[in-house]
Amino acid sequence: MEPIGYELGSGHLDATFMALADPTRRAILGRLARGEASVAELAAPFGMSQPAISKHLKVLERAGLVHQGRDAQRRPRRIEARPLEEATKWLEGYRKLWETNFQRLDALLGELQTDATHRRRTKRRKK
Amino acid sequence: MEYSGPKHKLEVTLPSEREIVMTRVLDAPARLVFDAFTKPELIRRWLLGPDGFSMSVCDVDLRVGGKFHYVWRKDDGGREFGINGTYREIAPPARIVHGENFDEPFYPGEAQVTTAFAEKGGATTVTMTMAFDTREIRDGAIESGMESGIVASYDRLERILQEG
Repeated sequence: MEPIGYELGSGHLDATFMALADPTRRAILGRLARGEASVAELAAPFGMSQPAISKHLKVLERAGLVHQGRDAQRRPRRIEARPLEEATKWLEGYRKLWETNFQRLDALLGELQTDATHRRRTKRRKK
Repeated sequence: MEYSGPKHKLEVTLPSEREIVMTRVLDAPARLVFDAFTKPELIRRWLLGPDGFSMSVCDVDLRVGGKFHYVWRKDDGGREFGINGTYREIAPPARIVHGENFDEPFYPGEAQVTTAFAEKGGATTVTMTMAFDTREIRDGAIESGMESGIVASYDRLERILQEG
């Protein structure tokens, strides 16, 4: 089955983030990032049953994050990079807004600490 | 020399369906960082969003049950937007918990924001955890952050830098 469209609709992003919210699913993606693997190969290192892994794979496939390979026998799963990139881009705008704020805060805190040191020195000199 | 970005990196994660968590290290003691987050004369100097905005209102009543109100205005006379809320817990210089709403609410209920300040070796790690009622509300909050001209202004800046 082909994954659903890649349009930047929030429904699609919801599916991506829901899929990513689970640690086992993130670990599965981590494994698939190193190369394709069958359900059996995925189940072994996680100490989980194949049906349990299949359930997680279904969520990842619905989000378009994982794709089924052509080999009918092994049915290997592959990672699909594009939805992940889109999810990252979506958060990036929010991150940039806050990064700007924190850079201003860096400057302010630097200034406040310099002022404090300066004040202490001036006080000492006056004594 | 080429600017390589800030010394400390801001991390934004979505650890669950309803949360946004931001973590950032600041080179200052927790007591000073706590002041920067709670004293209006300091808040006004950094909590501004994209360039070209300033705070027209920055009221803080720092006690449990006390309220805060922030309003930002675009310097070229554009529209304003604001947030308001109530302090639920104040533990200087380690922790603040507050409820938060947009002045023109686009979602029901309020976000619960926990800001923790952990000092180690003279530097302070700030962790802000924003918990929303539902996943849809959280996603809306992220999108609204982008809508308020942020993406547009960054795109513009990037274009100018590339053309430069």
